[in-house]
Amino acid sequence: MEKFSLGSENLDLRIRIAELERELAEYRSGTVANSNGHATHAVNEDDEDEEEEDLAPQNQDDKAVRLDLDEFRRYGRQMIMSEVGLDGQLQLKRSKVLLIGAGGLGCPAAAYLAGAGIGTIGIVDHDLVEPSNLHRQIMHTVEKVGQPKVKSIISSLKRINPNPKYIAHNYALTPENSIDTLEKYDLVLDCTDSPQTRYMISDACILLGKPLVSASALRSDGQLVVLNNPPGEGPCYRCVFPRPPPPDSVLSCGEGGVLGPVVGAMGVLMSTEALKVLLSKADKKKRRKPAHLSPDIRPADAKDATKKEETPEPKKFYMTIYSAFSETPFRTIRMFGKRKTCQACSPVATITKESMKNGSLDYVAFCGGKGSGKYPPLRKDEIINVEEYNKLRENKEGGILIDVRDDIQFGMCALENSINVPITTILTLPIAPENDGTDGGERTPIPIPSWLPRDASIPIYFICRLGNDSRIAVQRLKKSGLVKGNVIKDIKGGLWEWSRKVDKSFPLY
Amino acid sequence: MSTDTIPIKVELAGGLELLFDNEKTLNVDLPAKTEAGDAPNINYLVDYLCVHRMKDTRREMFEINGTVRAGILVLINDADWELEGEGEYELQPKDTILFVSTLHGG
Repeated sequence: MEKFSLGSENLDLRIRIAELERELAEYRSGTVANSNGHATHAVNEDDEDEEEEDLAPQNQDDKAVRLDLDEFRRYGRQMIMSEVGLDGQLQLKRSKVLLIGAGGLGCPAAAYLAGAGIGTIGIVDHDLVEPSNLHRQIMHTVEKVGQPKVKSIISSLKRINPNPKYIAHNYALTPENSIDTLEKYDLVLDCTDSPQTRYMISDACILLGKPLVSASALRSDGQLVVLNNPPGEGPCYRCVFPRPPPPDSVLSCGEGGVLGPVVGAMGVLMSTEALKVLLSKADKKKRRKPAHLSPDIRPADAKDATKKEETPEPKKFYMTIYSAFSETPFRTIRMFGKRKTCQACSPVATITKESMKNGSLDYVAFCGGKGSGKYPPLRKDEIINVEEYNKLRENKEGGILIDVRDDIQFGMCALENSINVPITTILTLPIAPENDGTDGGERTPIPIPSWLPRDASIPIYFICRLGNDSRIAVQRLKKSGLVKGNVIKDIKGGLWEWSRKVDKSFPLY
Repeated sequence: MSTDTIPIKVELAGGLELLFDNEKTLNVDLPAKTEAGDAPNINYLVDYLCVHRMKDTRREMFEINGTVRAGILVLINDADWELEGEGEYELQPKDTILFVSTLHGG
């Protein structure tokens, strides 16, 4: 079985190679004429600091694009695929791709797109490289910590392939600058990490008619979808998710955690989808055909056969979801498609370039604000700072210290004598009925959980990683009415502050 | 007749499993007729899950206004529920209903 297919594949490959070699010979003259242009692509180790901001001086005029000998060698392994070919490779070289986000998705996606020989690669990011990025953001390295991510990623990409033109957009994408930033590119990859940027990028892509590859990841899950593809036909992000999720339900990788290879896999899949979109624009009709298939000697019925294939079928749209620890990790689900009432891409759309540019569209507000209402405000007497709490501990007045992180994080590191009651458990506490003056009459007494003190003189302190969930815990315990008279306080800033101000040996993560 | 049930499989992904004590798959036997005498649909299932299977008390993380909250995709046998009539879709024995929370991390 194997032998047969290998044999025929081998023959196919030989034919392909012969074909490419012939084309190479033909293009050689063009290459020589073009050698000046290519010289400007050579990587110069000294100019890594250079930030190219201008897309205008393109030495890749559509018709002038040629491949030189090094490029034939470099891209040969993908060019001999029927999905690529010389026309496909030239198309990639002509293409301009923008990656928004140089993080867990952007790093692998950019690496493969650079490797594949995309002509122009732009990257938007305003962040700096942090040690907590390194487990998944594979284009950043130890010595780049503290550098702007765009600078770091471009220097890594140049080491993979010096040929593409790399453009650094070292700023945060905003509604005001998104149109100008995206305009010059052919395809956009959304590698960002918040709902508001996802809506914003999708809207900009719709207004500019750019296809959009969008993916996301959290913990051991990932999602991938190609939007506005082909432009005007495929659904947009708003078609798939017309209403934003409640802010309380949105978790970032920093809050929820993420497995490096899971987000990496999604980034790699994004680069595949990007290549598919770009290659679909290659002009395969210009491909030279083997003699027996050349049009002039094609049998008459051959034409009819191709006609039959052209039965138009409505395009279906899919989303790929990855759930690493599930029995069937990859699933492809069929999506509804374009929404007739979509605010961005339907005939009744209300979003315009102007409304984006003048900043009248507030994506943060649309998504319910940045965690607005997520963490309740506390009164001054409900808060204690880490130094004060440390003094109480030293005087053995630390009361009960309840760490509300989940058991996994508690198992990683915890303060001595703290007890672990995860916030999810705190949230299952009953809520005492409001005291409206009338006596409730018969009320079944609620059993008090074993971890709560029976003695009202024992103060209760809540702590968590960053000081957010502990605030919820303070408020929720008070609402439960289960403790009467105890001091209940939140340790401000959580274990992060503790590590910075009290005990530097306590792990930060 | 009244004891008839509709066995279905519910799958949870994208973090929703955390609301269900980290269970990614639930086998659910729905009553063949709801209290109102109707065939159980997706909206009924959502309420049923909140009442009978959800361990977290934050119901609003799953259900708002009688259906799933925004930001949860519902897939009926691997197709978007909008292709099947959304919350009104009447469950059939052995259906697989997947609830996926949309992710935003990257």
